[in-house]
Amino acid sequence: MAKKQYAFYPGCSSQLRGSASNYLTSVNAMCDTLEVKMTPIPDWNCCGASIGYAGSGQLARHVMNARNFALAETHLPGQDVVATCAACWLGARETKEKLDASSQLLAETNEALKEAGLEYKQKTEVRHMVEVLIEDLGYAAMAKPVVKPLEGLKVAGYVGCQTNRPFGIAGESFENPLYLDKLVETLGAEPLTKYEQKVTCCGGALAFSEPEKSRVQIRQIVESAYDHRADLIVTPCPLCQANVEIYQSEINKKHGTKLDMPVTYYSQLMAVAYGKSAKAAGLDGHVIAPKKLQDIAVKVVPAKK
Amino acid sequence: MGAPGELNAALRARYANNFLREVETNVEEGEWVKMCMQCGVCAGSCPFGPHWEHSPQKIFMMIRAGRREEVLASDAMWMCTSCYNCVVRCPRKLPITQIMHGLATYAHRLGLAPKLQPTRQWSLLFWENCTRTGRVNELKLTLGLYFKDGFVAGLRKAWSLRGIGFGLLRAGRLNPFELFRGHECRDKAGIQRMLQKAYEIEARHLKLDKYKA
Repeated sequence: MAKKQYAFYPGCSSQLRGSASNYLTSVNAMCDTLEVKMTPIPDWNCCGASIGYAGSGQLARHVMNARNFALAETHLPGQDVVATCAACWLGARETKEKLDASSQLLAETNEALKEAGLEYKQKTEVRHMVEVLIEDLGYAAMAKPVVKPLEGLKVAGYVGCQTNRPFGIAGESFENPLYLDKLVETLGAEPLTKYEQKVTCCGGALAFSEPEKSRVQIRQIVESAYDHRADLIVTPCPLCQANVEIYQSEINKKHGTKLDMPVTYYSQLMAVAYGKSAKAAGLDGHVIAPKKLQDIAVKVVPAKK
Repeated sequence: MGAPGELNAALRARYANNFLREVETNVEEGEWVKMCMQCGVCAGSCPFGPHWEHSPQKIFMMIRAGRREEVLASDAMWMCTSCYNCVVRCPRKLPITQIMHGLATYAHRLGLAPKLQPTRQWSLLFWENCTRTGRVNELKLTLGLYFKDGFVAGLRKAWSLRGIGFGLLRAGRLNPFELFRGHECRDKAGIQRMLQKAYEIEARHLKLDKYKA
Protein backbone atom coordinates (compact mmCIF):
# COMPACT_ATOMS: atom_id res chain seq x y z
CA MET A 1 0.00 0.00 0.00
CA ALA A 2 1.21 3.41 -0.87
CA LYS A 3 2.09 5.54 2.13
CA LYS A 4 0.84 8.78 0.66
CA GLN A 5 -1.57 9.59 -2.11
CA TYR A 6 -2.27 12.68 -4.16
CA ALA A 7 -4.48 13.99 -6.96
CA PHE A 8 -1.93 14.34 -9.74
CA TYR A 9 -1.98 17.28 -12.15
CA PRO A 10 0.76 16.29 -14.64
CA GLY A 11 0.21 19.13 -17.14
CA CYS A 12 0.28 19.22 -20.92
CA SER A 13 4.03 19.03 -21.55
CA SER A 14 4.33 15.83 -19.47
CA GLN A 15 2.04 13.80 -21.70
CA LEU A 16 3.21 10.92 -23.85
CA ARG A 17 5.68 12.23 -26.45
CA GLY A 18 5.28 15.76 -25.10
CA SER A 19 8.24 18.09 -24.60
CA ALA A 20 8.59 16.99 -20.96
CA SER A 21 7.44 13.39 -21.27
CA ASN A 22 10.64 12.16 -19.63
CA TYR A 23 9.83 14.30 -16.60
CA LEU A 24 6.68 12.24 -16.04
CA THR A 25 8.57 8.98 -16.65
CA SER A 26 11.11 9.85 -13.97
CA VAL A 27 8.48 11.14 -11.53
CA ASN A 28 6.68 7.81 -11.82
CA ALA A 29 9.92 5.92 -11.13
CA MET A 30 10.76 8.18 -8.19
CA CYS A 31 7.27 7.90 -6.67
CA ASP A 32 7.32 4.14 -7.08
CA THR A 33 10.38 3.91 -4.84
CA LEU A 34 9.07 6.46 -2.34
CA GLU A 35 5.69 4.68 -2.17
CA VAL A 36 3.83 7.80 -3.20
CA LYS A 37 0.66 7.16 -5.15
CA MET A 38 -0.11 9.77 -7.79
CA THR A 39 -3.56 9.38 -9.35
CA PRO A 40 -4.10 11.68 -12.33
CA ILE A 41 -7.16 13.93 -12.00
CA PRO A 42 -9.63 12.38 -14.45
CA ASP A 43 -9.93 14.52 -17.62
CA TRP A 44 -7.72 17.32 -16.23
CA ASN A 45 -7.22 20.34 -18.51
CA CYS A 46 -4.53 22.91 -19.32
CA CYS A 47 -4.05 25.76 -16.81
CA GLY A 48 -3.58 28.34 -19.57
CA ALA A 49 0.03 28.82 -18.45
CA SER A 50 1.35 32.30 -17.81
CA ILE A 51 1.32 33.23 -21.49
CA GLY A 52 -2.37 32.77 -22.35
CA TYR A 53 -3.44 36.03 -20.67
CA ALA A 54 -4.28 38.15 -23.72
CA GLY A 55 -6.82 35.59 -24.88
CA SER A 56 -8.12 34.43 -21.53
CA GLY A 57 -8.60 37.57 -19.54
CA GLN A 58 -9.10 36.94 -15.86
CA LEU A 59 -12.17 34.81 -15.32
CA ALA A 60 -11.67 32.20 -18.06
CA ARG A 61 -8.20 31.46 -16.69
CA HIS A 62 -9.55 30.88 -13.20
CA VAL A 63 -12.37 28.75 -14.58
CA MET A 64 -9.88 26.46 -16.33
CA ASN A 65 -7.99 25.89 -13.07
CA ALA A 66 -11.16 25.58 -11.01
CA ARG A 67 -12.39 22.84 -13.35
CA ASN A 68 -9.41 20.73 -12.29
CA PHE A 69 -10.12 21.45 -8.63
CA ALA A 70 -13.78 20.47 -9.03
CA LEU A 71 -12.79 17.23 -10.77
CA ALA A 72 -10.27 16.41 -8.04
CA GLU A 73 -12.82 17.11 -5.31
CA THR A 74 -15.33 14.84 -7.01
CA HIS A 75 -13.10 11.92 -7.96
CA LEU A 76 -10.23 12.09 -5.48
CA PRO A 77 -11.76 13.66 -2.36
CA GLY A 78 -9.40 14.64 0.42
CA GLN A 79 -6.28 14.41 -1.72
CA ASP A 80 -4.07 17.45 -2.32
CA VAL A 81 -3.70 18.47 -5.96
CA VAL A 82 -0.03 18.05 -6.84
CA ALA A 83 1.55 19.58 -9.95
CA THR A 84 4.98 18.76 -11.32
CA CYS A 85 5.07 21.70 -13.76
CA ALA A 86 6.00 25.11 -12.39
CA ALA A 87 3.44 26.98 -14.51
CA CYS A 88 0.62 24.54 -13.67
CA TRP A 89 1.40 24.91 -9.99
CA LEU A 90 1.66 28.69 -10.17
CA GLY A 91 -1.52 29.11 -12.22
CA ALA A 92 -3.52 26.72 -10.05
CA ARG A 93 -2.32 28.20 -6.81
CA GLU A 94 -2.97 31.75 -7.98
CA THR A 95 -6.53 30.77 -8.88
CA LYS A 96 -7.06 29.11 -5.52
CA GLU A 97 -5.87 32.21 -3.65
CA LYS A 98 -7.96 34.55 -5.80
CA LEU A 99 -11.12 32.50 -5.37
CA ASP A 100 -10.53 32.16 -1.62
CA ALA A 101 -10.21 35.94 -1.37
CA SER A 102 -13.23 36.98 -3.45
CA SER A 103 -16.73 35.61 -3.03
CA GLN A 104 -17.77 37.38 -6.23
CA LEU A 105 -15.03 35.74 -8.28
CA LEU A 106 -15.91 32.39 -6.72
CA ALA A 107 -19.60 32.82 -7.57
CA GLU A 108 -18.79 33.78 -11.16
CA THR A 109 -16.38 30.87 -11.51
CA ASN A 110 -19.03 28.46 -10.31
CA GLU A 111 -21.60 30.06 -12.63
CA ALA A 112 -19.29 29.15 -15.53
CA LEU A 113 -18.38 25.71 -14.15
CA LYS A 114 -22.07 24.86 -13.94
CA GLU A 115 -22.10 24.80 -17.73
CA ALA A 116 -19.80 21.76 -17.48
CA GLY A 117 -21.85 20.24 -14.67
CA LEU A 118 -19.21 21.03 -12.05
CA GLU A 119 -18.84 22.99 -8.84
CA TYR A 120 -15.75 24.08 -6.96
CA LYS A 121 -16.33 23.66 -3.22
CA GLN A 122 -13.07 25.25 -2.01
CA LYS A 123 -11.72 22.05 -0.50
CA THR A 124 -8.69 21.83 -2.77
CA GLU A 125 -5.12 22.31 -1.61
CA VAL A 126 -2.57 22.99 -4.37
CA ARG A 127 0.98 21.71 -3.95
CA HIS A 128 4.13 21.24 -6.00
CA MET A 129 5.86 17.86 -6.19
CA VAL A 130 8.90 19.43 -4.53
CA GLU A 131 6.73 20.47 -1.56
CA VAL A 132 5.53 16.89 -1.23
CA LEU A 133 9.13 15.66 -1.21
CA ILE A 134 10.42 18.21 1.29
CA GLU A 135 7.42 18.78 3.54
CA ASP A 136 5.56 15.46 3.51
CA LEU A 137 8.52 13.09 3.18
CA GLY A 138 11.62 15.04 4.23
CA TYR A 139 15.29 14.69 3.29
CA ALA A 140 15.85 11.64 5.51
CA ALA A 141 13.09 9.72 3.75
CA MET A 142 14.51 10.77 0.38
CA ALA A 143 18.00 9.61 1.39
CA LYS A 144 16.89 6.22 2.69
CA PRO A 145 16.21 4.43 -0.62
CA VAL A 146 19.49 5.60 -2.23
CA VAL A 147 21.31 2.53 -3.54
CA LYS A 148 23.58 4.34 -5.98
CA PRO A 149 24.93 7.52 -4.41
CA LEU A 150 25.70 9.93 -7.26
CA GLU A 151 29.31 10.24 -6.17
CA GLY A 152 31.51 12.61 -8.10
CA LEU A 153 28.63 14.17 -10.01
CA LYS A 154 28.88 17.98 -9.99
CA VAL A 155 25.44 19.51 -10.25
CA ALA A 156 24.41 23.11 -10.97
CA GLY A 157 21.02 23.49 -9.29
CA TYR A 158 18.94 25.72 -11.55
CA VAL A 159 15.73 26.55 -9.69
CA GLY A 160 14.51 29.06 -12.28
CA CYS A 161 11.53 31.35 -11.75
CA GLN A 162 8.13 29.91 -11.24
CA THR A 163 8.94 27.16 -8.73
CA ASN A 164 10.59 29.95 -6.76
CA ARG A 165 8.50 33.07 -7.29
CA PRO A 166 6.04 34.45 -6.31
CA PHE A 167 5.12 31.55 -3.98
CA GLY A 168 8.26 29.47 -3.69
CA ILE A 169 8.91 26.70 -1.22
CA ALA A 170 8.12 27.65 2.39
CA GLY A 171 11.16 28.83 4.36
CA GLU A 172 13.32 29.40 1.27
CA SER A 173 14.56 32.79 0.09
CA PHE A 174 13.67 34.07 -3.37
CA GLU A 175 17.21 35.15 -4.17
CA ASN A 176 19.03 32.02 -3.02
CA PRO A 177 16.78 29.04 -2.37
CA LEU A 178 18.75 26.10 -0.99
CA TYR A 179 16.40 23.13 -1.32
CA LEU A 180 17.64 21.91 -4.68
CA ASP A 181 21.26 21.91 -3.48
CA LYS A 182 20.22 20.04 -0.34
CA LEU A 183 18.36 17.50 -2.44
CA VAL A 184 21.40 16.99 -4.68
CA GLU A 185 23.54 16.48 -1.59
CA THR A 186 21.03 13.99 -0.19
CA LEU A 187 21.58 11.85 -3.27
CA GLY A 188 25.35 11.84 -2.80
CA ALA A 189 26.18 14.28 -5.61
CA GLU A 190 28.06 17.53 -5.23
CA PRO A 191 25.90 20.67 -5.37
CA LEU A 192 27.66 23.69 -6.87
CA THR A 193 26.41 26.13 -4.29
CA LYS A 194 28.21 29.10 -5.85
CA TYR A 195 26.37 28.74 -9.17
CA GLU A 196 25.23 32.31 -9.89
CA GLN A 197 22.39 31.71 -12.30
CA LYS A 198 20.28 29.66 -9.92
CA VAL A 199 17.19 31.88 -10.18
CA THR A 200 17.78 33.60 -13.54
CA CYS A 201 14.89 33.67 -16.00
CA CYS A 202 15.39 31.53 -19.14
CA GLY A 203 12.90 33.69 -21.05
CA GLY A 204 10.03 31.35 -20.26
CA ALA A 205 7.32 31.33 -22.90
CA LEU A 206 9.04 34.26 -24.59
CA ALA A 207 11.75 31.86 -25.78
CA PHE A 208 9.31 31.34 -28.67
CA SER A 209 8.20 34.91 -29.38
CA GLU A 210 11.47 36.66 -28.47
CA PRO A 211 14.10 33.98 -29.23
CA GLU A 212 17.14 36.25 -29.44
CA LYS A 213 16.44 37.97 -26.12
CA SER A 214 15.79 34.66 -24.40
CA ARG A 215 18.93 33.05 -25.73
CA VAL A 216 21.00 35.73 -24.03
CA GLN A 217 19.50 34.47 -20.78
CA ILE A 218 20.01 30.80 -21.66
CA ARG A 219 23.62 31.37 -22.62
CA GLN A 220 24.34 32.93 -19.20
CA ILE A 221 22.64 30.05 -17.41
CA VAL A 222 24.72 27.45 -19.29
CA GLU A 223 28.05 29.30 -19.27
CA SER A 224 27.90 29.82 -15.53
CA ALA A 225 27.42 26.05 -15.12
CA TYR A 226 30.60 25.57 -17.19
CA ASP A 227 32.44 28.14 -15.06
CA HIS A 228 31.72 26.00 -12.00
CA ARG A 229 32.78 22.78 -13.79
CA ALA A 230 29.29 21.29 -13.66
CA ASP A 231 28.61 17.87 -15.18
CA LEU A 232 25.01 18.81 -15.61
CA ILE A 233 22.29 21.31 -14.74
CA VAL A 234 19.29 20.11 -12.76
CA THR A 235 15.94 21.87 -12.60
CA PRO A 236 12.40 21.38 -11.25
CA CYS A 237 10.73 23.18 -14.21
CA PRO A 238 9.78 21.58 -17.57
CA LEU A 239 10.01 24.83 -19.53
CA CYS A 240 13.40 25.71 -18.00
CA GLN A 241 14.57 22.21 -18.91
CA ALA A 242 13.42 22.45 -22.52
CA ASN A 243 14.59 26.02 -23.12
CA VAL A 244 18.01 25.60 -21.55
CA GLU A 245 18.68 22.25 -23.23
CA ILE A 246 17.37 22.58 -26.76
CA TYR A 247 18.54 26.08 -27.68
CA GLN A 248 22.20 25.42 -26.89
CA SER A 249 22.73 24.18 -30.46
CA GLU A 250 21.18 27.35 -31.90
CA ILE A 251 23.40 29.51 -29.69
CA ASN A 252 26.41 27.50 -30.90
CA LYS A 253 25.39 28.02 -34.52
CA LYS A 254 25.02 31.75 -34.15
CA HIS A 255 27.86 32.57 -31.77
CA GLY A 256 30.41 29.83 -32.43
CA THR A 257 30.22 28.59 -28.85
CA LYS A 258 30.50 24.91 -27.95
CA LEU A 259 27.73 24.58 -25.40
CA ASP A 260 26.86 20.96 -24.71
CA MET A 261 25.60 20.95 -21.14
CA PRO A 262 23.02 18.31 -20.16
CA VAL A 263 19.93 19.59 -18.36
CA THR A 264 17.95 17.10 -16.28
CA TYR A 265 15.15 17.02 -13.72
CA TYR A 266 15.63 16.44 -9.97
CA SER A 267 13.37 13.42 -10.37
CA GLN A 268 15.82 11.86 -12.83
CA LEU A 269 18.67 12.18 -10.34
CA MET A 270 16.47 10.58 -7.71
CA ALA A 271 15.34 7.72 -9.94
CA VAL A 272 18.96 6.89 -10.84
CA ALA A 273 20.09 7.10 -7.21
CA TYR A 274 17.23 4.75 -6.32
CA GLY A 275 18.61 2.19 -8.74
CA LYS A 276 16.09 2.65 -11.56
CA SER A 277 17.16 1.95 -15.14
CA ALA A 278 18.24 4.73 -17.50
CA LYS A 279 14.98 4.29 -19.38
CA ALA A 280 12.82 4.42 -16.25
CA ALA A 281 14.65 7.60 -15.26
CA GLY A 282 13.82 9.11 -18.67
CA LEU A 283 17.48 9.51 -19.57
CA ASP A 284 16.72 8.52 -23.17
CA GLY A 285 14.61 11.69 -23.50
CA HIS A 286 17.41 14.17 -23.97
CA VAL A 287 18.79 16.14 -26.88
CA ILE A 288 22.07 16.49 -24.97
CA ALA A 289 22.73 13.14 -23.31
CA PRO A 290 23.52 13.29 -19.58
CA LYS A 291 26.42 10.85 -20.02
CA LYS A 292 27.74 10.82 -16.46
CA LEU A 293 24.28 10.10 -15.12
CA GLN A 294 23.76 7.38 -17.71
CA ASP A 295 27.04 5.77 -16.61
CA ILE A 296 25.82 5.64 -13.03
CA ALA A 297 22.45 4.28 -14.14
CA VAL A 298 23.97 1.29 -15.95
CA LYS A 299 26.38 0.50 -13.13
CA VAL A 300 25.48 -2.70 -11.32
CA VAL A 301 25.24 -2.34 -7.56
CA PRO A 302 25.74 -5.20 -5.18
CA ALA A 303 22.45 -6.19 -3.55
CA LYS A 304 21.79 -4.29 -0.32
CA LYS A 305 21.78 -6.16 3.02
CA MET B 1 -20.12 44.20 -28.97
CA GLY B 2 -18.84 46.49 -31.64
CA ALA B 3 -15.38 46.74 -33.11
CA PRO B 4 -12.49 47.41 -30.73
CA GLY B 5 -12.45 51.00 -32.02
CA GLU B 6 -16.00 51.65 -30.81
CA LEU B 7 -15.22 50.00 -27.51
CA ASN B 8 -12.17 52.16 -27.10
CA ALA B 9 -14.12 55.34 -27.84
CA ALA B 10 -16.88 54.35 -25.41
CA LEU B 11 -14.45 53.64 -22.59
CA ARG B 12 -12.42 56.77 -23.25
CA ALA B 13 -15.58 58.82 -22.99
CA ARG B 14 -16.76 56.99 -19.88
CA TYR B 15 -13.55 57.75 -17.98
CA ALA B 16 -12.83 61.14 -19.52
CA ASN B 17 -9.60 62.52 -18.10
CA ASN B 18 -9.31 59.84 -15.46
CA PHE B 19 -7.19 57.07 -16.86
CA LEU B 20 -6.14 55.92 -13.39
CA ARG B 21 -9.81 55.28 -12.57
CA GLU B 22 -10.23 53.45 -15.86
CA VAL B 23 -7.28 51.17 -15.04
CA GLU B 24 -8.45 50.60 -11.48
CA THR B 25 -11.88 49.58 -12.68
CA ASN B 26 -11.11 47.54 -15.78
CA VAL B 27 -7.58 46.16 -15.53
CA GLU B 28 -6.76 43.06 -13.49
CA GLU B 29 -5.08 44.20 -10.23
CA GLY B 30 -5.30 47.79 -11.54
CA GLU B 31 -6.32 49.08 -8.12
CA TRP B 32 -2.70 48.57 -7.02
CA VAL B 33 -1.22 51.07 -9.47
CA LYS B 34 -1.56 54.08 -7.18
CA MET B 35 0.48 52.26 -4.51
CA CYS B 36 3.68 52.49 -6.57
CA MET B 37 6.25 54.72 -4.85
CA GLN B 38 8.53 55.01 -7.89
CA CYS B 39 11.58 53.29 -6.36
CA GLY B 40 12.52 51.55 -9.60
CA VAL B 41 13.39 48.14 -8.15
CA CYS B 42 11.08 46.54 -10.73
CA ALA B 43 12.97 48.22 -13.56
CA GLY B 44 16.29 46.92 -12.26
CA SER B 45 14.97 43.40 -11.71
CA CYS B 46 13.48 42.66 -15.13
CA PRO B 47 15.38 40.10 -17.26
CA PHE B 48 14.19 41.90 -20.41
CA GLY B 49 15.02 45.31 -18.96
CA PRO B 50 17.24 46.37 -21.84
CA HIS B 51 14.47 45.74 -24.35
CA TRP B 52 11.32 47.57 -23.32
CA GLU B 53 10.19 51.05 -24.07
CA HIS B 54 8.95 51.80 -20.53
CA SER B 55 9.72 50.16 -17.17
CA PRO B 56 6.77 49.09 -14.98
CA GLN B 57 7.56 52.05 -12.73
CA LYS B 58 7.29 54.43 -15.69
CA ILE B 59 4.08 52.80 -16.89
CA PHE B 60 2.53 53.28 -13.44
CA MET B 61 3.48 56.97 -13.37
CA MET B 62 2.21 57.44 -16.92
CA ILE B 63 -1.13 55.95 -15.87
CA ARG B 64 -1.40 58.46 -13.06
CA ALA B 65 -0.44 61.23 -15.46
CA GLY B 66 -3.30 60.18 -17.77
CA ARG B 67 -1.14 59.28 -20.75
CA ARG B 68 -3.69 56.75 -21.91
CA GLU B 69 -2.82 56.12 -25.55
CA GLU B 70 0.91 56.03 -24.88
CA VAL B 71 0.51 53.45 -22.12
CA LEU B 72 -1.85 51.18 -24.03
CA ALA B 73 0.29 51.27 -27.19
CA SER B 74 3.53 50.55 -25.32
CA ASP B 75 5.39 47.31 -25.99
CA ALA B 76 6.53 47.17 -22.35
CA MET B 77 3.77 44.93 -21.03
CA TRP B 78 4.40 42.41 -23.78
CA MET B 79 8.02 41.95 -22.68
CA CYS B 80 6.99 40.30 -19.41
CA THR B 81 8.39 36.76 -19.14
CA SER B 82 6.35 36.09 -15.97
CA CYS B 83 9.50 35.56 -13.92
CA TYR B 84 7.97 37.39 -10.92
CA ASN B 85 11.28 38.95 -9.93
CA CYS B 86 9.68 42.41 -9.69
CA VAL B 87 6.80 41.08 -7.61
CA VAL B 88 8.93 39.52 -4.87
CA ARG B 89 11.26 42.51 -4.72
CA CYS B 90 8.66 45.29 -4.75
CA PRO B 91 8.75 46.96 -1.32
CA ARG B 92 5.05 47.78 -1.62
CA LYS B 93 4.20 44.21 -2.72
CA LEU B 94 2.47 45.26 -5.92
CA PRO B 95 1.49 42.28 -8.11
CA ILE B 96 3.43 43.84 -10.99
CA THR B 97 3.45 40.76 -13.24
CA GLN B 98 -0.34 40.49 -13.07
CA ILE B 99 -0.78 44.25 -13.62
CA MET B 100 1.41 44.07 -16.73
CA HIS B 101 -0.58 41.09 -18.04
CA GLY B 102 -3.78 42.93 -17.21
CA LEU B 103 -2.69 46.07 -19.06
CA ALA B 104 -1.59 44.01 -22.04
CA THR B 105 -4.94 42.22 -22.17
CA TYR B 106 -6.87 45.49 -21.85
CA ALA B 107 -4.82 47.15 -24.60
CA HIS B 108 -5.43 44.15 -26.84
CA ARG B 109 -9.18 44.19 -26.23
CA LEU B 110 -9.36 47.87 -27.08
CA GLY B 111 -7.39 47.28 -30.27
CA LEU B 112 -4.58 49.58 -29.13
CA ALA B 113 -1.82 47.00 -28.60
CA PRO B 114 0.93 46.95 -31.23
CA LYS B 115 -0.48 44.69 -33.96
CA LEU B 116 2.76 42.93 -34.84
CA GLN B 117 4.00 42.53 -31.30
CA PRO B 118 5.18 38.88 -31.41
CA THR B 119 4.24 38.07 -27.81
CA ARG B 120 0.72 39.40 -28.35
CA GLN B 121 0.29 37.02 -31.26
CA TRP B 122 1.92 34.18 -29.32
CA SER B 123 -0.30 34.72 -26.29
CA LEU B 124 -3.47 34.56 -28.41
CA LEU B 125 -2.20 31.53 -30.28
CA PHE B 126 -1.45 29.72 -27.03
CA TRP B 127 -4.85 30.39 -25.48
CA GLU B 128 -6.65 29.39 -28.64
CA ASN B 129 -4.57 26.20 -28.85
CA CYS B 130 -4.99 25.05 -25.26
CA THR B 131 -8.71 25.78 -25.02
CA ARG B 132 -9.71 24.10 -28.28
CA THR B 133 -9.45 20.61 -26.80
CA GLY B 134 -8.60 21.46 -23.21
CA ARG B 135 -4.95 20.50 -23.65
CA VAL B 136 -2.02 22.03 -25.50
CA ASN B 137 -1.17 20.56 -28.89
CA GLU B 138 2.54 21.33 -28.88
CA LEU B 139 3.13 20.54 -32.53
CA LYS B 140 0.30 22.73 -33.84
CA LEU B 141 1.32 25.46 -31.42
CA THR B 142 4.89 25.51 -32.71
CA LEU B 143 3.84 25.33 -36.35
CA GLY B 144 1.26 28.06 -35.74
CA LEU B 145 4.04 30.30 -34.50
CA TYR B 146 6.37 29.49 -37.40
CA PHE B 147 3.71 30.09 -40.03
CA LYS B 148 2.15 33.23 -38.53
CA ASP B 149 3.87 35.43 -41.13
CA GLY B 150 2.84 33.31 -44.08
CA PHE B 151 3.67 30.02 -45.71
CA VAL B 152 7.09 30.80 -47.16
CA ALA B 153 8.29 32.50 -43.97
CA GLY B 154 7.02 29.48 -42.06
CA LEU B 155 8.90 27.00 -44.19
CA ARG B 156 12.05 29.05 -43.84
CA LYS B 157 11.66 29.18 -40.07
CA ALA B 158 10.88 25.46 -39.78
CA TRP B 159 13.92 24.64 -41.95
CA SER B 160 16.25 26.84 -39.91
CA LEU B 161 15.13 25.14 -36.68
CA ARG B 162 15.00 21.61 -38.11
CA GLY B 163 17.86 20.50 -35.84
CA ILE B 164 15.74 21.17 -32.77
CA GLY B 165 12.75 19.38 -34.25
CA PHE B 166 14.68 16.24 -35.16
CA GLY B 167 16.49 16.30 -31.81
CA LEU B 168 13.19 16.32 -29.94
CA LEU B 169 11.76 13.67 -32.26
CA ARG B 170 14.70 11.36 -31.53
CA ALA B 171 14.32 12.03 -27.81
CA GLY B 172 10.66 11.00 -27.97
CA ARG B 173 9.50 14.48 -27.05
CA LEU B 174 7.70 15.43 -30.23
CA ASN B 175 4.86 13.60 -31.92
CA PRO B 176 4.31 14.24 -35.65
CA PHE B 177 0.85 12.64 -35.44
CA GLU B 178 -0.31 15.52 -33.23
CA LEU B 179 -0.90 17.29 -36.51
CA PHE B 180 -3.90 15.01 -37.00
CA ARG B 181 -4.88 14.27 -33.46
CA GLY B 182 -3.24 15.32 -30.23
CA HIS B 183 -4.02 14.88 -26.58
CA GLU B 184 -7.42 16.20 -25.63
CA CYS B 185 -9.98 16.30 -22.85
CA ARG B 186 -13.01 14.03 -23.06
CA ASP B 187 -15.44 16.80 -22.13
CA LYS B 188 -14.39 19.28 -24.82
CA ALA B 189 -17.98 20.44 -25.24
CA GLY B 190 -18.36 21.19 -21.54
CA ILE B 191 -15.12 23.16 -21.59
CA GLN B 192 -16.38 25.27 -24.50
CA ARG B 193 -19.68 26.00 -22.76
CA MET B 194 -17.96 26.95 -19.52
CA LEU B 195 -15.50 29.25 -21.29
CA GLN B 196 -18.28 30.95 -23.28
CA LYS B 197 -20.04 31.66 -20.00
CA ALA B 198 -16.83 33.05 -18.50
CA TYR B 199 -16.30 35.40 -21.48
CA GLU B 200 -19.92 36.51 -21.19
CA ILE B 201 -19.61 37.30 -17.48
CA GLU B 202 -16.37 39.22 -18.01
CA ALA B 203 -17.96 41.24 -20.83
CA ARG B 204 -20.78 42.15 -18.43
CA HIS B 205 -18.20 43.91 -16.25
CA LEU B 206 -17.08 46.07 -19.15
CA LYS B 207 -20.79 46.70 -19.78
CA LEU B 208 -20.57 45.16 -23.22
CA ASP B 209 -23.03 42.85 -24.91
CA LYS B 210 -20.57 40.13 -25.63
CA TYR B 211 -16.88 39.67 -25.63
CA LYS B 212 -14.71 36.95 -27.05
CA ALA B 213 -10.96 37.03 -27.42
